[in-house]
Amino acid sequence: MSDTILLGTRKGTVIIERSPAGWRPRPIAHQGIPVCYAARDPRDGTLWASLDHGHWGPKLSHSRDGGATWQDVLSLKYPEGARHIIQYLPTPDFDPEAPSGEPEYRDATVYKIWNVTFGSAAQPGRLYAGTIPGGLFVSDDGGESWELNRALWNHASRGGDLFSGEATSETQWGGTPASIDYGVFEPGIHSIVVDPRDPDHVYVAASSAGVLETRDGGKTWAGRNRGMLMDYLPNPLAEWGHDPHFVTACPSQPDHLWQQNHCGVFYSDDGAQNWTKVSEPANGVHFGFPIVADAQDGRTAWVVPARADSERMAIDGGLFVARTTDGGQSWQALRKGLPQDNAYDIVLRHALDAAGDCLCFGSSTGNVYLSEDRGDSWQCLGSNFPPVYSVRFG
Amino acid sequence: MPTVEMTSHLYRFFPVLEDRELVVPTGSVASVLAEINNLAPGFLDYILDERGALRRHVNISVNDTIVIDKKTLSDRVPDDGTVYIFQALSGG
Repeated sequence: MSDTILLGTRKGTVIIERSPAGWRPRPIAHQGIPVCYAARDPRDGTLWASLDHGHWGPKLSHSRDGGATWQDVLSLKYPEGARHIIQYLPTPDFDPEAPSGEPEYRDATVYKIWNVTFGSAAQPGRLYAGTIPGGLFVSDDGGESWELNRALWNHASRGGDLFSGEATSETQWGGTPASIDYGVFEPGIHSIVVDPRDPDHVYVAASSAGVLETRDGGKTWAGRNRGMLMDYLPNPLAEWGHDPHFVTACPSQPDHLWQQNHCGVFYSDDGAQNWTKVSEPANGVHFGFPIVADAQDGRTAWVVPARADSERMAIDGGLFVARTTDGGQSWQALRKGLPQDNAYDIVLRHALDAAGDCLCFGSSTGNVYLSEDRGDSWQCLGSNFPPVYSVRFG
Repeated sequence: MPTVEMTSHLYRFFPVLEDRELVVPTGSVASVLAEINNLAPGFLDYILDERGALRRHVNISVNDTIVIDKKTLSDRVPDDGTVYIFQALSGG
């Protein structure tokens, strides 16, 4: 049971609280500033918001007084010498098989801080942040200072160590359309999963690369994309180039991972060693952005399907949540309380969350829906919010 | 000594800069910005990226001339010059 919901929206951070009169939003914070992610650190109650300033650069903001006041955190920066191989937006005549010529390099700068993830209870003060252009940052002092994880940044799949200039000069990571707003076409890390049993065991998901795993606290990383299928490159089984939209794990059964991918819903019950496609396209379960796993049962998960992928809106004008309780073998469409006519909502990757029996999601059309019975029925918490980028129970 | 003027949007984040004349020692645009950062710590993070280059949607001019060196901000600011910091408009 949670009594607080944080929304990251195009116009600021909204905190919705449960009161005797129902769920009520507080006055918006970061008024007018796009907030791409907002969440509460369960360890110390600090609220975090990722500000996506159009002009002044991405910033983290945190509140240690429950959202009454917020302070900027300005320390998340790429170190001197951090470079990456420039990616180019594929044009309509883009040929992925064609030689791309000599690689070009660019000094790294943070375009977007896509999410903040909190370390396990065993590592108080440990925070993770995923960015465009594809760097993972780590803090061990509650966000006062941040450091780029160089092993991932220098991963062979990204072209090797460009700090020292000894790169393989080939990257197998693609760009994400989410980067186009910043005038680039670079990868982004949007999902970070920390194993509650072992703080050195972490997964990240990058668009458009795939899932990577470390078991030694970030010293080494390995791709975990076996079983993944893609339908936009010539080789559907390629090791890299996957487009996970969001990856998460069951907190109580962390070997059960879920992935809403551009190319379907995927499930793993062996710690991402193998993925299985569990889409059910005939019933609409295939394309979408967010996915959430039940806190107790690793075989239970929810998605918010959308029409793939040229439309990117609710299927046939009816908004629904799909739930599986058997590891994706079957899905149940949950529509009670959700609009079934003239709905064009799309729910973005961080905009669905669960806490106990409660689920909440927000859409890019500013609708926020809550269920207090595991998705069986829904109530609308408001239809006039700004476009919603993230929803997290606090 | 040069003066500095800026979009009022920045006062939201740095209220210490509002309602005062900002007079700084002659130097480069970079040194002028560093002086403002001394008055308002964190200011540079809003104007420049971590490489010290001007952010994509920020413009700076010295009098009527948009600065040429947007990577290291080496343009000189004359003693009687005014540095203007403003934003490239974007909407939505």
